[in-house]
Amino acid sequence: MTNLITLLVHTPLLLLNLVQDLHDMLSLDFMRYAFLAGTPIAIVCGLVGYFVVLRDLTFATEALAHVTFTGALLAVVVGSDALLGLFGVTVIVALGISVLGTRAQVKDVEVGTVLAWILGLGALCLSIYTSQSSGGNSTIGVNYLFGSLFGLQAQQAKLVAVIGIGIIVVLLVITRPLLFASLDPEVARTRGVPVQGISAVFMLLVALTIAQAVPAVGALLNSALIVTPAAIAHRLVARPFVALFLSAGLSLAFVWIGLIIGFYAPYPVSFLISTLAFVTYVAVVTWQWLSTASLSRLVNKT
Amino acid sequence: MSLVSQSRLPIMPIFTTILISTSAFDVQPSWDLKADFQQLFAYHFMQTAFLAGTLIALIAGFVGYFMVLRGQSFAGHTLANVGFAGAAGAVLLGWSPVLGLLTCCIAAAIGIGVLSGQHEQTQWEQGVAIGTIHTFVLSLGLLFVHLSSSSNAAGIYSILFGAVLGISDRDVMVIALTTVVTLLGLIAIARPLLFASIDPEVALARGVPVRLLDNTFLVLLAFAVAQSVQVVGVLLIFALLVTPAAIAQQITAHPTFAVGLSVFLALVFTWLGLAIAYFTPYPVGFFITSLAFGTYVLVRLFKLVPWMKR
Repeated sequence: MTNLITLLVHTPLLLLNLVQDLHDMLSLDFMRYAFLAGTPIAIVCGLVGYFVVLRDLTFATEALAHVTFTGALLAVVVGSDALLGLFGVTVIVALGISVLGTRAQVKDVEVGTVLAWILGLGALCLSIYTSQSSGGNSTIGVNYLFGSLFGLQAQQAKLVAVIGIGIIVVLLVITRPLLFASLDPEVARTRGVPVQGISAVFMLLVALTIAQAVPAVGALLNSALIVTPAAIAHRLVARPFVALFLSAGLSLAFVWIGLIIGFYAPYPVSFLISTLAFVTYVAVVTWQWLSTASLSRLVNKT
Repeated sequence: MSLVSQSRLPIMPIFTTILISTSAFDVQPSWDLKADFQQLFAYHFMQTAFLAGTLIALIAGFVGYFMVLRGQSFAGHTLANVGFAGAAGAVLLGWSPVLGLLTCCIAAAIGIGVLSGQHEQTQWEQGVAIGTIHTFVLSLGLLFVHLSSSSNAAGIYSILFGAVLGISDRDVMVIALTTVVTLLGLIAIARPLLFASIDPEVALARGVPVRLLDNTFLVLLAFAVAQSVQVVGVLLIFALLVTPAAIAQQITAHPTFAVGLSVFLALVFTWLGLAIAYFTPYPVGFFITSLAFGTYVLVRLFKLVPWMKR
């Protein structure tokens, strides 16, 4: 919040001189932190998102993203560190989902039922929290709901960057077996790929990705970076590795463009990022629909 | 006796009700059930809460059964969240929240129908379409809250978690009206919808308009959600939709019984949740979801016990 106020005081003007603009932007601490944290978050979300969509875990991911809110509030109510609760609860629920998923595909009813209860728990924590800090700042909850890339502290930004790089490394190590296990679990199992273990590791990575992105993009919005770029990539290319990197690239582009627009315009960055992603997705869907429609018309004529 | 608890948060006038705390009344449950009931219904706001809660449980149990049967929990969850943007946008424009909720939810339902139903979609594409709309609309909600001058925590929380104890008589009228409309609509399409949900291919071959039914059901779901959001909140209406229906599905496969059971369970959870919340300082939503989830876990555990498998 305070950073937004600084931003308004500075009232940066777009000069259309790229070097000068970039210099303006990066001369401010909060912008540097935003880029420092935003870049690894975007790459991680894009990479993990590709597999989330491939394995049809969209709802589970969305649920995990909501779970972080309860986690953070729970920790605060108990008197522990919010970040600790956020990571802890998210990882526990993710492992729970992967255990449920070992029997068969996780059903959307099961995810929904667990999610509903966790949200109820969140409501309880929120009510205890607001009554504890009577009249104090209950904005902590809102920050976790929507996040703010401009509100990051130096320490948070560095933590996010380190965790992000860690996730990327682990993901790149297990990419090949993970891809194999996601595309054809039966064949992968007969070939000796530890499908079960890999899916557990992957759920863990999803949990960490979501948890580390929450302070920046928020519990409600961080699936915009996980699901949407990956969905666009899946629609555009079929080759796994190209799609994987396209997904990361798109996600990075959304974050950077969102940050730059957010620097000049008085709108929340999380909103800008998810709008960019949504508009691109709708454009791609429409374009594909139009081209198949015109193709079929062409076929019908001849 | 002040209704609003002593919090110094700035509050949007329309959403003051979130901070009503029943603990202010200092009520204590006794073993005398009759006295308890008298206490429970002594205040007008509790009477309206029970009335609205009953209507919502009725519709949520009914619509929820079909939602679970069709594997559309994610769509239901998304529509509920979409309500957040609707309510926030209505506040920004100075509309009544109900109008904003209805507009936004129905628009999102149509959006989901269009984006996920063009050609033969694989499973993940539907999920992705829903997920993308979900985050986009939530971020719109964030924008609306940001734009309205009073962007504050209490306003956001009251939309998200609801204000069951602050329902006006006019709200009850609106809810009653939408409940009747939704129920009639659902009863009208119940048989073909059941057919189309259980076996879409055969239904299509028999000339049932599956696509039309899909979209109609989504709109009905949006209707049910939009009217309930005010009462149990964006994040918790979902519990009434999904959990009673999930329990019912575990217990019986017979559609009529399952619908009845789902409605019954939704009613019981709502009534119990309201009653418990009245005597404790904690939110209604927590009790409703916990009762529902506890029952679900119990039912699942019972099914694991060998002597139940016969």
